[in-house]
Amino acid sequence: MKAVQLRAPVVGPDSVAHQARLLQWWEAEGGLKGFFGSVDHKVIGIRYIVTAFVFLMLGGLEALVMRLQLAGPDRSLLTPQQYDQLFSTHGMTMIFLYASPVLSGFSNYLWPLMLGSRDMAFPRLNALGYWIYLASGIFLYTGFLTGNGPNDGWFNYVPYASRPYNPGLNEDFYSLGMVFLGIATTVGAANFIVTAFRTRAPGMSLDRLPILAWGTLTASFANLVVVPAVSLAFLMLWLDRQFGTQFFNTAGGGAPLLWQHLFWIFGHPWVYAIVLPAMGMVSDGLPVFCRRPLVGYSLVAISTVATMILGFGVWVHHMFATGLPGLGMSFFSAASIAITLPSAVAVFAWLATIRFGKPVITTAFLFFSSMILLFVIGGVSGFMTASVPVDWQLTDTYFVVAHLHYVLIGINVFPVVGAIYFWFPKMRGRMLDERLGRWNFWVMFIGFNLAFLPMHLTGLLGMPRRIYSYGPEMGWTTLNLITSLGSFVFASGVLLLLVNVIRSWSKGQPAGANPWDAPTLEWSVSSPPPVYNFAVIPTVASRHPLWEGRLSSPTCSSLQEGPLLDEGRESLGTSAVEASPDMILEVPQDSCAPAVLAAGVAGTFSGLILKSEPLVIVSAVVLGLALLWWLWPRRQLREREPA
Amino acid sequence: MTEELLVPSRSLPVGPIGRRGVGWWGVGTLVASEAALFTYLLFAYFYLGATAGDGWVLEPRPHLAVALPNTLLLLASSLVAWWAERGVLRARRAQALIGFGMATLMGGAFALIQLHEWHTKPFSFGTSSYGSLYFLTTGLHEAHVVVGVLILAFIFLWTALDYFSPRRRLSVSAGVLYWHFVDAVWLFVFTTYYLTPYLGFGR
Repeated sequence: MKAVQLRAPVVGPDSVAHQARLLQWWEAEGGLKGFFGSVDHKVIGIRYIVTAFVFLMLGGLEALVMRLQLAGPDRSLLTPQQYDQLFSTHGMTMIFLYASPVLSGFSNYLWPLMLGSRDMAFPRLNALGYWIYLASGIFLYTGFLTGNGPNDGWFNYVPYASRPYNPGLNEDFYSLGMVFLGIATTVGAANFIVTAFRTRAPGMSLDRLPILAWGTLTASFANLVVVPAVSLAFLMLWLDRQFGTQFFNTAGGGAPLLWQHLFWIFGHPWVYAIVLPAMGMVSDGLPVFCRRPLVGYSLVAISTVATMILGFGVWVHHMFATGLPGLGMSFFSAASIAITLPSAVAVFAWLATIRFGKPVITTAFLFFSSMILLFVIGGVSGFMTASVPVDWQLTDTYFVVAHLHYVLIGINVFPVVGAIYFWFPKMRGRMLDERLGRWNFWVMFIGFNLAFLPMHLTGLLGMPRRIYSYGPEMGWTTLNLITSLGSFVFASGVLLLLVNVIRSWSKGQPAGANPWDAPTLEWSVSSPPPVYNFAVIPTVASRHPLWEGRLSSPTCSSLQEGPLLDEGRESLGTSAVEASPDMILEVPQDSCAPAVLAAGVAGTFSGLILKSEPLVIVSAVVLGLALLWWLWPRRQLREREPA
Repeated sequence: MTEELLVPSRSLPVGPIGRRGVGWWGVGTLVASEAALFTYLLFAYFYLGATAGDGWVLEPRPHLAVALPNTLLLLASSLVAWWAERGVLRARRAQALIGFGMATLMGGAFALIQLHEWHTKPFSFGTSSYGSLYFLTTGLHEAHVVVGVLILAFIFLWTALDYFSPRRRLSVSAGVLYWHFVDAVWLFVFTTYYLTPYLGFGR
């Protein structure tokens, strides 16, 4: 028997019989195998979001304990050592275990639905990314819970982090954990890139991509090439600490500044990687509530990419106080100032969208639009520190802490909470409560500004970041008390979100397919979507397939009739730029190989921290076998000829 | 109707045909990320070398007697792997088997000779930052060679099991792409550590 190698996809209308046929191929298995083996992007996306929120809560609790310590002068709730671990773990948690994974979760869930595909390009790799993220998070927190959390800040400068000055296992957990987590980020980025270029619905040319896809795609390109820098830096640090190499040791010809270069070559592009997709959420969500398309779509898309490109050239602005040559610093200062231009494009596009639209005030709208204000505040304080002399005055003070929280909470947490109000109905099929939502928004918004706006002043008054206590004579007491109060108000706002999600999970109003009357493809399928997403592959003729009757678009998309692709677990592969049909993709079935592979990786890293050779060897063998099982050419995926 | 424009009645490949498949792109992204890793390793070399004082390079005149032929061996293995892939492409199984068998052995030989090369070095990874970087960079490359050799060995096995045809061969093409990358990146490592000292870097 010769297998079919070429086939013209049958085009037809959606029907009940057709859906039943699809379900045969796509229906998920139950039980343990279903749990560990699922490769459905929707399941994985929700797992990412839930896990990231658990870490957000943990990081938030750490912050609250620190705010109790700093609420008044000379308090002794925490020892200096405990404080060190708390602020470092707080940073690590929020930046690495919350901010990026939560965006990966939304993109994982939404991409195939927005792009009109039945899954990501690499469903099993998607599952691997999640398992590795979860395992590395547990690994890092094992360190923290055994008193071995990171304790030199999230950017972990040597020589503080070198063994002579930090002899515990703290930095070893952090180093290995970050290399471990880097695997998840890298495979996730690779998956997004290939998905964006190869699995869009026919007709969804690059200029019709939702901005969220632009943001995540851009961030993924960055992650793909900058994560190796930080993995390498942490590997070098671990080798210096455990095997006597000399990378950062001046006595052995090494250079502490090498750490800073490698870390920030990664670190600054990473900052954009954790805000660009969130800005994309606003660019896609805000116009829905303004009842009009985004103003300046092309400019926003281009500025997203431009931000990232400039973002590769600004890392030295974190190092202005390290005594680098003045001429070099001027270049980095100029680049850091120039990067405000593409950011401003997005801000003005959002403002114009509100101005020229007819805003409908919902909780999601409030979160999305307030983000613009917070973005401007965080952007302007960042712009100030882009200037070298100002930076010299402000570096390592609470001004910088205020700036980075306006950026990370303002441009990540606020859009993400808005996105939950916006897309929860799609994920769960039920609406979140709008009344509770208003309380949720105002408590978070007021609490956030109460906590972080005074912090600018605390910084200008000279309070250094990362000190565990201060004396009453410094004049920082009132400001710190306000910040501590604000942080508790903010935290109770986040708690309201949790209450709303738990209550609405089973008791919310039924949502229907398109409760917001939104224009993009994910709203054309039921809520929650069927396991195969689209019964027929849609064909797209505009940026707003569901608004075509109203906007004067000359062409029309086809959503109810199209390629049926029901002769297997199939989806459509399309060409990179124009998205014309190129091939029929065989989508892998559920598989436990990713979970086993992740367990092998986890075992290997555990063996390295415990210095247990047998554990490393056994885990590496498990890892190798899982990889082989995964990559063995399969008939179902048509990777080999039938014998 | 746009639909008729966009969904032509012409036939589409079902599953990966030739290099056409998402797997090819996937290995491409892997190569991009790995290339970045080696870029940072070489950045570290030039950064430390440029900021350190005289005598940072512990081997101002690296011995080429073993390293140069070994480099040529690795490059030749890339050619052989390419020739073997052509065998799969033209349904010549004997050519493919001989080619992948040879490429596997050549890669394995490179790895062993590299182990020997490490033993002849007058410094160790703890001697100085130069030693640390030399062993980390060549060590990470060696790890990539070992993975590449395993990939070539499995392609040999799968070819022997008659899994592939000129059309169904994405695993072959993706594996060979990875091997070309492992060889190409060595050229940069070799040039940096073995040739730039002759050009005066680090002296």
